[in-house]
Amino acid sequence: MAAFALRRLLGAIPLLLGIATIIFFVLNLAPGDPASLYFNPNVPPEVIEQVRRNLGLDQPVHVRYVRWLGAFFTGDWGQSFAQGRPVADILMEALPNTLILTGTALVLVFLFGIIAGVWQAVRQHSWSDRTLSIGALFFYSMPSFWLGLMLMLVFSLKAHEWGWPIALPPTGITSVEYEFMGAGEKIQDRIAHLILPVATLTLVLSAGIARYTRGQMLEVIRQDYIRTARAKGLPERRVILKHALRNSLLPVITLLGLYLPFLFSGAVFVEVIFSWPGMGRIIVDSIMQRDYPLVMATSFVFAVMVVLGNLVADLLYAIVDPRIGYET
Amino acid sequence: MSTSRIASALLPGLGHVMAGRGFTGVALLLSWLTLLAVAALGWPRIAAIGETGSLDDWIAVVALVLTLALVWGWAQWSLRRQQAGGTIGESQWRIAGRRLRRDPLALIGIAVIALLYLVAVLAPLIAPYDPIAQENIVETSYLAPSLSHPLGTDQFGRDVLSRMIYGARISLAIALIAVAIAISLGTLIGAIAGYLGGWVDAALMRFTDMVLAFPRLVLLIMIVALFSSSLTLIILVLGLTQWPATARLVRGEVLSLREREFIQAANALGMSRRRIVLRHLIPNVLAPVIVAATLGIGNTIVLEAGLSFLGLGLQPPTPSWGNLVSDGRQNLIGAWWVATFPGLAIVVSVLAFNLVGDGLRDALDPRLRS
Repeated sequence: MAAFALRRLLGAIPLLLGIATIIFFVLNLAPGDPASLYFNPNVPPEVIEQVRRNLGLDQPVHVRYVRWLGAFFTGDWGQSFAQGRPVADILMEALPNTLILTGTALVLVFLFGIIAGVWQAVRQHSWSDRTLSIGALFFYSMPSFWLGLMLMLVFSLKAHEWGWPIALPPTGITSVEYEFMGAGEKIQDRIAHLILPVATLTLVLSAGIARYTRGQMLEVIRQDYIRTARAKGLPERRVILKHALRNSLLPVITLLGLYLPFLFSGAVFVEVIFSWPGMGRIIVDSIMQRDYPLVMATSFVFAVMVVLGNLVADLLYAIVDPRIGYET
Repeated sequence: MSTSRIASALLPGLGHVMAGRGFTGVALLLSWLTLLAVAALGWPRIAAIGETGSLDDWIAVVALVLTLALVWGWAQWSLRRQQAGGTIGESQWRIAGRRLRRDPLALIGIAVIALLYLVAVLAPLIAPYDPIAQENIVETSYLAPSLSHPLGTDQFGRDVLSRMIYGARISLAIALIAVAIAISLGTLIGAIAGYLGGWVDAALMRFTDMVLAFPRLVLLIMIVALFSSSLTLIILVLGLTQWPATARLVRGEVLSLREREFIQAANALGMSRRRIVLRHLIPNVLAPVIVAATLGIGNTIVLEAGLSFLGLGLQPPTPSWGNLVSDGRQNLIGAWWVATFPGLAIVVSVLAFNLVGDGLRDALDPRLRS
């Protein structure tokens, strides 16, 4: 098992190297000079030339590539052009915020998706199955940025206007007066800020899981061993939860890896809409500002999270499914 | 010539109703009458097309005439075929078509898609206002939905409904072309990798994995933001980042097809590899590819709208659905209609494509065939 995990981990290295290379060359092909950010038109050209030399921009592409790669993989991610701080510091502040958002959403997505899918499969063709199916397809078809805006409109802005007992905070991660709150209030405040962004991601993404789980459950329920379990008089509850669900969940685990890119893309929009200070907002802002060191580092971290997620899904799959050999 | 054929020639659909095919008949009648209504409503513009017509107007009029001809022609053809009696032998596609016709949700989806594309093409004839022209901003800015502006106006007093109608052109066209690019490329690469195997397969699939592992949205934002955004760039980028999923799908299918007898027979007959891939393998993997393409169009509509929402799509004042939602974000609480309705348009069109995709998957799945 350990050898299998190690081999998979080693296999991810060329993948990450390739991704870093793609990022580097896309940025290098792009028109526009990052050094120009530093200047107003009054700066004499020889000073610009000097700065270009200091930044290493006068070197040919392949030299810069090798240098960049060396620095990048030894942990030197450079300074942000726009903020003048080390890129690593900026990422360290933003990463926990994104992980809280996506982590909470991920758990809820799978929880609700699986529960809805099982419910539907057990009551196939019933009224609740049809309603959930159409509802799932509806949310599946919904752009996260629009759903986020609508939720914000109703449960925050209009709720306030209409004088509902609870109006959720529209943006940010904490309230302005967060510093002056007691410990219990602080937790409440954080949760209140988390609800709308997480709800947006959960509604859009759990629909897909529900559809998939339903399909899997229906396949499994038709199998002979389920008939056997029923025939030997096991209670239906036990047949569904112990026999059918366990086997249906196997392929659902592989969805975990598949869903991470969707989750992170969703997080980009959700963070922009709800002014959530995470990686998604940083990547949008840094690309707009042509803050190259920050763009490179952020997109690379995103890619690493996707690759790691796939790796974890692979390992989980190998652990839970005894039919999968460790040799492959 | 029977009476129903004559009735059909006068009014498409009437003949079907008389011949006992009520559903098809009513659907035909409704679409025929809608088209005539569009022609009547847009008559001032159609009549004046000789003097003032822009290219857009010409396209719309030609499309209107063609659609009318198509509906009329199809009505005659289907009625004659019915009266000539059934057909001998059924292709995979005809069976699938018959099964699709029994799926009400898929039919609704098809109708909605047809309607959306019609609206997009006929935009100049349907839209009540110019989507870009600004009138007196002080008086017309952020008007709530009313009879004169059914979906209200935006910050600059532009009619939201008209902008949505024109936005349909951008959103639907981009998605269709981008998916066409992605599907052709993905099918070709997947078929080559699956059929040739060996190092070609290994190299192509490693590359595919790499593109798949890269967060697509980040790549899209990066390319569109760093190069100046244009219609061509957006279509190309959306198309060229979407092929890996198709390539994997096709490769999997080809791997299993390759071992079948008919491919061995083709090999034994000494056919060239090119011919085997293009004439024997690709047609046989087409069914799942069509399903993936239909679902892919929905995803691409959402993605393009997302890029526009972030300000990376077509630049204002060009209306696209994502741009419109983004406009509405500026004054969400005061003018909720600006963001809400264009977003609904996205949901409805994506839902339609997903319904048709689901229906096609069931219809084309031979295991479900009774």
